Amino acid sequence: MATQNTKTLARLMMAPSVLLLLVWMIVPLAMTLWFSFQNYNLLNPGNVSFAGFFNYQYFYTDPAFFQSIWNTLVIVGGVLLITVVGGIAIALLLDQPIFGQGVVRILVISPFFVMPPVAALIWKNMIMHPGYGVLADIAKFFGLRPVDWFAQYPLFSIVIIVAWQWLPFATLILLTALQSLDGEQKEAAEMDGANFFNRFIYLVLPHLARAITVVILIQTIFLLGVYAEILVTTNGGPGYASTNLAFLIYRTALLGYDVGGASAGGIIAVVLANIVAFFLMRAVGKNLDR
Amino acid sequence: MGSITLKNVSKVFGEAKVIPSIDLEINDGEFVVFVGPSGCGKSTLLRLIAGLEDVSGGQILIDGKDVTQSAPAERGLAMVFQSYALYPHMSVRNNIAFPLKMAKLDKAVIDKKVTDAARVLNLTDYLERRPSQLSGGQRQRVAIGRAIVREPSAFLFDEPLSNLDAALRGTMRLEISDLHHQLKTTMVYVTHDQVEAMTMADKIVVLNRGNIEQVGSPLDLYKSPRNLFVAGFIGSPKMNFVDGAYAQSKNARTAGIRPEHLNLSKDSGLWTGTVKVAEHLGADTFLHLDVDGIGQITARCDGEFGAHYGDKVFLTPDEAKLHRFDDKGSALRA
Repeated sequence: MATQNTKTLARLMMAPSVLLLLVWMIVPLAMTLWFSFQNYNLLNPGNVSFAGFFNYQYFYTDPAFFQSIWNTLVIVGGVLLITVVGGIAIALLLDQPIFGQGVVRILVISPFFVMPPVAALIWKNMIMHPGYGVLADIAKFFGLRPVDWFAQYPLFSIVIIVAWQWLPFATLILLTALQSLDGEQKEAAEMDGANFFNRFIYLVLPHLARAITVVILIQTIFLLGVYAEILVTTNGGPGYASTNLAFLIYRTALLGYDVGGASAGGIIAVVLANIVAFFLMRAVGKNLDR
Repeated sequence: MGSITLKNVSKVFGEAKVIPSIDLEINDGEFVVFVGPSGCGKSTLLRLIAGLEDVSGGQILIDGKDVTQSAPAERGLAMVFQSYALYPHMSVRNNIAFPLKMAKLDKAVIDKKVTDAARVLNLTDYLERRPSQLSGGQRQRVAIGRAIVREPSAFLFDEPLSNLDAALRGTMRLEISDLHHQLKTTMVYVTHDQVEAMTMADKIVVLNRGNIEQVGSPLDLYKSPRNLFVAGFIGSPKMNFVDGAYAQSKNARTAGIRPEHLNLSKDSGLWTGTVKVAEHLGADTFLHLDVDGIGQITARCDGEFGAHYGDKVFLTPDEAKLHRFDDKGSALRA
């Protein structure tokens, strides 16, 4: 790909897919932008008019607005914390030679194959349910009062469910990175007098930096839009306690029938995502350059 | 101090008996080279001494102290690995300082030791670089630097030069020998390259299938190899082995004669050979000959001895430098 000739050819060959992706992205964005400046309610679809910034003002003054942004960030931050720390721990365990390694690895990966609403329903009805959930049984066994997770700790419950789903992904990426660590480096560190803790801090963690960055960036993209788990468990409640930005937009659009307001919310979500991405790249992006 | 004693040391991997049983004495300040073909157990033996593998039986003593069950770091040894095993995300300075940092030394002491080591190894200008920004030879020196700052009782080298090109290998060989004369510390060096063994060692340990075939100084091994294996392994090009009538006339099963101990002539001699390949190295020429009634023979002659493919050449072995071996391959002494 060095000469002028091959460069031109390469660009020509790539053009169709780049164009397709561009259209795929630009059309919905332009439509959302357009609707966000319109008075457009599905209850009265014939009466569409220019709204100026009213939709943005309306969405901004929604009593759930600031809490939903905060909840969005809590879900992203909480899930990242659990999956990265837990992922490293599980990856370290799976890297040890154990009996039935292959089966154990597949079992650990399997939550990733369960679709989000199904996983959330299982957690809701079989694990966290205060009447017949496993956690309630355990609490009763120890003579404690069962916890009504979705009423008492709604946001935390959502974080746990989503973290459970993403833990395999983080584990998988971190495990492959761990396996690529040179054995002689570990032995050299051992000869140099580094104990397990020091080897982890000075050798394993720096080696994992790039993989951790990849995990954080990819998960953030998906975690900003968590929706299905909230819908089937808490439905955003109690109150707005577990409503994030994606869920607030859904409520505005499909429960309030307010297309204009939801579009304005969508644009705000895009801006928020870009702010998060900006800080994220500044914080961890340099790990990708090595 | 740095004497190492192996008593009855054995190592078994599952079914495979890699090292049946080895006794070996390494004296303080010696440069000992383990040499042998690949898979002979020489690296395993080094790793047993380092403590990176557990012994299956026997004892390892360092300075008279039993360290068989000690962790690698407690043995006071430093190792240079084949891949150098530098820490890629640390600067050269931090790489060299790492063992000192782990030993919780004072910051000022660490700085001084690192600076000294860097000066000895010509690394002063590279201290802030990452290993990936260094050449192969420089990385090798960083690995050695990381070893010497610990002031170990012995250095262990695991084929340290095998990733370098031929010219650099020659230079590093000199540098390591020079370092040994400066530090006077025990060094144990593993290689499959008999040239490295011959040029650097005070004492060579020839290994084959986990057994010690012979221990001795380089010239000892060259002049009086104890058996066919050592005779064939030490010396380049390889010693010629002659069976049959000629060997029987010398009261041996096999007669061995080194390529450099064959007198060549264009007019007369004991054997007659046809040149198959002539390797002209300038000062020397190696002739690969097909000798009537004997077979393949390699001979070394002066570079001025003009011989080419298909030429007829006469050879006479130097009887005084002949090696004789019995049925079991052991050397017969006159």
